[in-house]
Amino acid sequence: MTVDIDKTTGDTPPAGPEAIKAIPVRHYGRYISAVVAIALLVGVVYAFSQGKINWGAIPDYFFDDRILDGVGKTLLLTVLSMVIGIVGGVMLAVMRLSKNPVTSSIAWFYIWFFRGTPVLVQLIVWFNLGLVFEYINLGPFYKDEWSDFMTPFLTALLGLGLNEAAYMAEICRAGLLSVDEGQTEASHALGMSHAKTLRRIVIPQAMRVIVPPTGNEVINMLKTTSLVSVVQYPELLRAAQDIGQTSGAPAEMLFLAAAWYLLLTSVFSIGQYYLERYYARGSSRSLPATPFQKIKANVLSLSSRSKPTGGTA
Amino acid sequence: MTPMVKAEGVHKSFGPLEVLKGIDLEVKSGEVFCLIGPSGSGKSTFLRCINHLEKINAGRLSVDGELVGYRQKGDKLYELKDSEVARKRRDIGMVFQRFNLFPHMTAVENVMEAPVQVKGVSRGQARQRALELLDRVGLADKAGSYPMQLSGGQQQRVAIARALAMDPKLMLFDEPTSALDPELVGDVLDVMRDLAESGMTMIVVTHEMGFAREVGDSLVFMDGGVVVESGHPREVLTNPQHERTKSFLSKVL
Repeated sequence: MTVDIDKTTGDTPPAGPEAIKAIPVRHYGRYISAVVAIALLVGVVYAFSQGKINWGAIPDYFFDDRILDGVGKTLLLTVLSMVIGIVGGVMLAVMRLSKNPVTSSIAWFYIWFFRGTPVLVQLIVWFNLGLVFEYINLGPFYKDEWSDFMTPFLTALLGLGLNEAAYMAEICRAGLLSVDEGQTEASHALGMSHAKTLRRIVIPQAMRVIVPPTGNEVINMLKTTSLVSVVQYPELLRAAQDIGQTSGAPAEMLFLAAAWYLLLTSVFSIGQYYLERYYARGSSRSLPATPFQKIKANVLSLSSRSKPTGGTA
Repeated sequence: MTPMVKAEGVHKSFGPLEVLKGIDLEVKSGEVFCLIGPSGSGKSTFLRCINHLEKINAGRLSVDGELVGYRQKGDKLYELKDSEVARKRRDIGMVFQRFNLFPHMTAVENVMEAPVQVKGVSRGQARQRALELLDRVGLADKAGSYPMQLSGGQQQRVAIARALAMDPKLMLFDEPTSALDPELVGDVLDVMRDLAESGMTMIVVTHEMGFAREVGDSLVFMDGGVVVESGHPREVLTNPQHERTKSFLSKVL
């Protein structure tokens, strides 16, 4: 005979605390604001759909040679101006923090001047310096007429780069000052020189503070390059405007330019995310996963979950 | 035999505030020299003067027979260049109250950094030595951890290994256990006791009277920028002569 087992007691899991069932608070304000926001959005979309916009012109010209050339020039100008800005900014920051009163006051003056005047004015001034200088004369190295020397490209590069250096100087200075003094002391106590301390200990830690605002500066710079259309440099905005005038779709071409700027700034933002992650080493206990790692982890957990079932199916 | 550290009438002021008012003392080679005293008594400042993190204003301070921060020619003193100061600091290890590990480097990279950058040791050799030193302070398994991932006591032991990697002839400890949880203090003191037994010359600014009594060879009690009392730790701690020493010890013991 089999032993009788009371099955009912074995099957029920131990009862946990009973979950609370309550009627949630109704946030009527939230419903109203959501409805208002959606109504406004629909209104804007409707308004644009009523305008005489030839939407088809945008994809037609999106990869036009002149546009792509303009995009290339915009990127080139962004990168080179940022290089001038970063190199100049680091130099100015070190000058401002140095104990030498002459170098620190010159750096202060530079930052005061270039931060205190609008970049558009600076660009136009560079372009028109030919009015006061007939020749550029660098002694035995170089001599030329000003108008031949100061091409639209050089105007744009100097105008943007020198202005950017002033902003980068302040960002770098803040970064260098953010590193604890104990780090410098520890490094000096180990017998490391000032230069090695700066390069190996201080700058890598300062980067964590410097990188995020610098990423913003890059994105800003990308957009600011559109200003140089006033000094006749054929970057993205100018190329779009030129096509707009000949094709009879000026507004559409401006939308197109805006779409390109949005695309480029989005790509830069992704790059910035990874750069910040790299310099966050050691500042938090574990690095946040990259979007790619998150996807990979999800896929892996899915595949490992499906494995046992996959065998039976 | 020249003393490891010799101070004669050392004065140090920060602006109008006179922190050291004439310090005279001698640290013999191979001894564990403890500095105790209330906060603000100038003991940490004196320690920092020894490796020229602070410049002294008056008096003479020398390490292993050579002046700190200056060169004497005839009766004139010449300030040393930064590179010469750095060269002398190689021989003096320092351990800080707040550890000051480099947070962007792992434990083993922290220990390797100075030998590679300052002495030009190859990375492979430096790594091997660093792992040995981490093993010596009981942290062989933490070599790949960043300072943030270590407890205070572990960080301080890495800091000791980092200082030892330069093969110093003198080690300075600036309140090495003051920033630690009480239960972690023991691990750090054990490492320091080991180091003392190996014959290292150590100057220790500390509030750990037990350590001073057991391990110390000499002890100085400082207050208000002067040496109040000095002698063998057991004598000073158990039978202080000055009123000031007595009242201080009655509060900390």
